[in-house]
Amino acid sequence: MFDGKQVIVIGERDGIAGPAIAACVQAAGAPVAFVATECFV
Amino acid sequence: MPEAAVIRAASLVLAHTPGLARHGSKPMRTLPVDAELTSSFLTNLRSFDDAVGYPAHRAFLGACHPRELPKRPWVGASMAGAERFAPFGELMPEEEFLGLMAAVDEFDLLVLAPEVAERAAKRLAEHPLAAHLDLARVAAAAGDVTAALAGGALPVHLAPDCLAGALRGAHEEDESLVAHVLLENLACKATGTLALLHLLHDHDVDPAGIGYTISCSEEAVGDRYQRGGGNMGKTIAAVAGLTESSGADVKNFCAAPIPALVIAASLVVAGVFEQVVVLAGGSQPKLGMKFEGHLRHGLPVLEDVLGGVAVLVTADDGISPRIRLDAVGRHRVSSGGSGAQILHDLAVRPLEAIGARMCDVDDYATELHNPEITEPQGSGDVAARNYRTIAALAARRKEITRDEIDSFVAQRGMPGYAPTQGHLASAVCYLPHALTRLTTGSADRVLLLAKGSLFLGRMSQRSDGMSILLQRNGG
Repeated sequence: MFDGKQVIVIGERDGIAGPAIAACVQAAGAPVAFVATECFV
Repeated sequence: MPEAAVIRAASLVLAHTPGLARHGSKPMRTLPVDAELTSSFLTNLRSFDDAVGYPAHRAFLGACHPRELPKRPWVGASMAGAERFAPFGELMPEEEFLGLMAAVDEFDLLVLAPEVAERAAKRLAEHPLAAHLDLARVAAAAGDVTAALAGGALPVHLAPDCLAGALRGAHEEDESLVAHVLLENLACKATGTLALLHLLHDHDVDPAGIGYTISCSEEAVGDRYQRGGGNMGKTIAAVAGLTESSGADVKNFCAAPIPALVIAASLVVAGVFEQVVVLAGGSQPKLGMKFEGHLRHGLPVLEDVLGGVAVLVTADDGISPRIRLDAVGRHRVSSGGSGAQILHDLAVRPLEAIGARMCDVDDYATELHNPEITEPQGSGDVAARNYRTIAALAARRKEITRDEIDSFVAQRGMPGYAPTQGHLASAVCYLPHALTRLTTGSADRVLLLAKGSLFLGRMSQRSDGMSILLQRNGG
């Protein structure tokens, strides 16, 4: 599902942090173009 | 050396500043390019009476406990008999607050229209803390606002759109000293000073007895060579007459008040200082932060108040709640970054360290942001989310059953009620309530926990957090 695609990862501090999502996505074979965690309060 | 440190007193203040809300970070970026949005913003600013009666503000200032708040919506449900002065401090109206900013302005940055300066000085002269304010500075701030604006100063308004003054930058080439940065810092200094003066004079504290003052505010005082390197702690100590105090600042995004309290207690227990003040002024950039969501949902601009807090940490007096330095929670580098992992470090491990159970804590104070402010912009109910996770951790430890999660939250949690002044909303706003609960109330233990978003500064992908356990003295 990631063929020809790059992934932008936005994590949320109180949910799942960006690096954790990126690790999963990379494990599934997708290149991660950008990763960040944000705080919405 | 004392056996333990206690929190002897705490004060909280709000300043109603709808006129300054346009200079919040979000409005400052969005309003200048959208005349229609600007018009809607200005026509949806709250009156002072609405801000005073707003139930969440009543809980913040101690007129009621957060668990006693009525069901939402709180907008349009002003509490009867609400008054400016409340058990923990006050909500100051904006014209007086402009005067207060002038009173603490040591560099003649703020120019006020003469009639505004006159009215503000007159009203501040009637304030219970007037004897501790430099009212001559307020009068001296009167000047030619038009000329200041022509020189590049930032316009300062009284709501909704009345030009009241101008704030000058302090250096033409230094980005750390431009007018809007100085507005942030001066507003922080003024609110922190107001909180400290209430702490001293509402609780009969001798200013000369304070050895050290730690600020945990969100502002960044400094210059181009040390952006954010400043010292708001000693700055405010000096204004409030703490003649024997030095000070410094503790930074950790919204979590800063908790490490500041831990450091203060450690200094007291180590015998370095007998009394330490921890304080914070308000965060002006966060005014109007989520206003677009409010307007979309037919609400007024709810982020129209600045906050301030001041806390007195002393050696054990045998009465005040103790700070359990053997149960300080910290989000470790080796811990995971998920919400549950953070809360395990902050709400489970510190209790395990002293052989306590999660159900031994009567009140958990976490991020207590008012959901009426956060939900319309899609940020959800932050407090409720935290409490569900804390209760789930208790269930995982088999201290409660899954069916008891709701009652755990209802008994030991509370609705979010704090304005989105992040560092104040992150648990420390509950501290005065905690002191009441742990002295004249029925609680034996209160846990305050806060999280800081390190990743926002783009130097680390991590977050941080810290918790502190307060215990009834003799309990």
